Formats: sequence, structure tokens, C-alpha cells
Amino acid sequence: MAKEDVLLLDFWVSPFCSRVKIALAEKGVAYQQRGEDIFGGKSELLLKSNPIYQKVPVLLHDGKPMCESTNIVHYIDETWPSPPLLPASAYDRARARFWADFIDKKLFDAGGNIWKTKGEDQAAAKKELIQILKYLEGGLGDKDYFGGDSFGFVDIIAIPLTTWFFAYEKFGNFNVEEECPKFAAWTKRCLGRESVAKTLPDPQQVLEFVSMMRKMHGIE
Amino acid sequence: MEETGGVKLLGFWVSPFAQRVKWALKLKGVQYEYIEEDIYNKSPLLSKLNPVYGMVPVLVHNGKPISESIIILEYIDEVWKQAPLLPQDPYERAQARFWAKFAEEKVRQSVWEAMCSSGEEKQKAVKSAVEAFEEFEKELKRRGTKFFGGETIGFVDIVAGCISYQLAVHEEVGSIKILDSSRFPAISEWIKNFLNHPLINEGLPQKDQMFAYFSKRSKEIASRKMSHKTA
Repeated sequence: MAKEDVLLLDFWVSPFCSRVKIALAEKGVAYQQRGEDIFGGKSELLLKSNPIYQKVPVLLHDGKPMCESTNIVHYIDETWPSPPLLPASAYDRARARFWADFIDKKLFDAGGNIWKTKGEDQAAAKKELIQILKYLEGGLGDKDYFGGDSFGFVDIIAIPLTTWFFAYEKFGNFNVEEECPKFAAWTKRCLGRESVAKTLPDPQQVLEFVSMMRKMHGIE
Repeated sequence: MEETGGVKLLGFWVSPFAQRVKWALKLKGVQYEYIEEDIYNKSPLLSKLNPVYGMVPVLVHNGKPISESIIILEYIDEVWKQAPLLPQDPYERAQARFWAKFAEEKVRQSVWEAMCSSGEEKQKAVKSAVEAFEEFEKELKRRGTKFFGGETIGFVDIVAGCISYQLAVHEEVGSIKILDSSRFPAISEWIKNFLNHPLINEGLPQKDQMFAYFSKRSKEIASRKMSHKTA
């Protein structure tokens, strides 16, 4: 597969873009990456490839665009089947999709509510995030990864979001490891993987980005 | 739920989400037992089968529960290969998943919000709904086929299909007008074709019962919003 066949429109701090990068790395797929200037001015290719949402990530394979990170990870798994990211049985696949959907619906927004608010609203947002992580701990059970022994689909969907936790902890004044030790252990386990470690941004840099966003939103 | 084999569906008579699952099972000719849940008085069974959300629909197959309608559709499509819902090609599948999510989050959801809100919020919601319909209309026109998936009903048609029989009721309850057939000829034609299918039209809830139910729900949601505002 020539490098030019696969192009990712990217933004460095986006956990959704990281999902795609990790999936491609796990599959050993070579690709090109183009950083988008989200605040300065989105590229024509981005606007043309994702006219409805105008967001990254966008994956272009042989020039054909795909949007929505979970959708893209699905596509990557179906196009390059080895090693498989989704489990083999239909039921286990449904469970994996359930957890991916749960994470998509709840996790990033709950975290956002922590750094975007103060006082009572922030306390409620913290409580919600912890509850979400406890549900995920339930989904993980005693397994090393969400899919079992191997790093897979749900792990890829979840792990990039954890780079934002340092910022949530800082602004929300709490500690994820204290509240959800199992989740913290799973996080460390995933960070030990090359595809993850090489892809994810430094949480300190994410914190600086979130601080900048807070100023932009006029939050003290 | 100890017994193995067999398909059960926990639903609620007016739930568009449960209807999606019924359509998929019927199109594939899968026999199932339907269990009506009172979602305002949830059974211990439902809480056990769907501990995270406690919502319908839940499909139980061989004793194992699956929840979230779009996820259930994918499961059904993988287990019962006849009358496929998703296309085979990975790129086309990605497109189908994209449009299914759009149909759920932008088309159906915006109509609901437009129905349940008032004043400025309602105006904004109607505008969002119309914009979503415009995108959907554009894509239907671009494909130029009878249904979203082609000449037969597919994944996106089933997810979006709730508007075929509930949109008019929501418009009446909410005193809104979104589907102007002269503005959305492709969607209007698609609705006609969709409802023309005997398995789709069969057993849909009665219009007057839906009107009564959504009127009540809409008022409940409005009064809840008011009490939040004044609190």
C-alpha cells in the first residue's frame, strides 16, 4: 500500500484523531497526515470532505473521504482485517459497539463539563464522570482489555480520551486513580503499547491547550 | 432468562427505537417473541437486561441481551444473513453508518426537540430540523435510488424510517411544519415507498393514540423545563 493512498486530516490534541492513528498503527498501515488549523482556517479539502460537520478526523482512502472517528475505526478494521480489532462473535461485537457508543455519548462531554464550569455545576460534572468510569470498570471486569486478552476496538475508542484527564483533574481538583483504580490500571496498561505511546499527546500539553480554551471561553 | 435459543424483543408500543428492531426482524423473516414494557413502570427484567440505560429496545438472543437500536440492527444483520441491511463494501458500510447516525442524531432528534420546545428554542430547533432534512434530501437525490440502500430497504432506511409514520404526528402536536413536499420531494417519495412495503406498514401504532401520547409527553417535558427555569 503506497503511502499516498491513505490520508488523515488531523488535529494534534483531538482524541478522536488519535483513535484513527492508533488503529492504523495497530494494523501497520502507512499513511500521510495533514494537520488542520482548527482555529485559523480549515482547509478546503476538510470542508469538501466533511461538509456537514466540518470536523476532524477525516480519513481519505484512495481519495474517498470518511468521517466520525468510531466509524473510521470500523472501516479500518474491515479494510485491513489483521490483526482484528473487533471480537469474533456477533454478541461480543455488539458488546464492543455498546461500550464504544457509551463512551462516545458520555465521556468527552462529561469531561468538558468539568473544565467549562465551576461550583455546583462542576461538582455535578465530576460526579457524572466518575459514574461513567465506574460503568466502564464494570465493562472491563477482570480482563486486561475491554475485548479480553488483546488490545482492541473499545480500548482504542477509550484510551485517547484519557490524555484529557490530567486537565480534568487539575481544574476539577480530584484524582482518577483514587476514584477508579481499575480504570487507571487499564490506562497504564494501554499506555505501555507502542501504537498508543507513540500517538498520544503529552497530557501536560493537553492541559495547556485546555487552559487556553478556558480563557477563550471566558472561564476564569 | 435462563433458556437458550429463541429471540425476544422488549419494546414499548410507540418507541421508534423498538420499531426499528421489529422492522429488521420482520424483513429477515426472524420469528420473535415481543414483550411490551411499561417504560414508566420498568420491570426488574428490563433493569437486569439493560443495567446501564434501563431502556427499550432490548433484544435477547440465546439468553443474551443486546441494547441500543442501531447496535441491535448490526447484530441482527450479522447473525441472520438473508435480506442484508448493510452493504458488503467497507466504504459503503462507512457511508451507511454515517447516514444512520445522522438520521438518528440530526433528523429524528431535531424533530423531537422542535415538538417539545417553545418560543426561541422552538424556532432554533425547527431551523436545525429543516437543515437536517435538506442534507438528507440532498443525499437521497444524489443516490437516486428508491431507498437509501438501493432498490431494497436497508440500514439507513430502517433507522430513518420512524419519520415515515411519526413525523406528521410530531408536527401536529408541536404545531410545526418541517416536511413540505414541494421542498423535499425525494424524502416525500421515499416515505411513500417505505410505507408501501407490507412488512413496514404492518402493526404500526394508530395515529390518534400516538397523538394523545405525544401531546401528553410534550406537555410533561415543557412543564419540566419551566420548573427548572423557575427553580
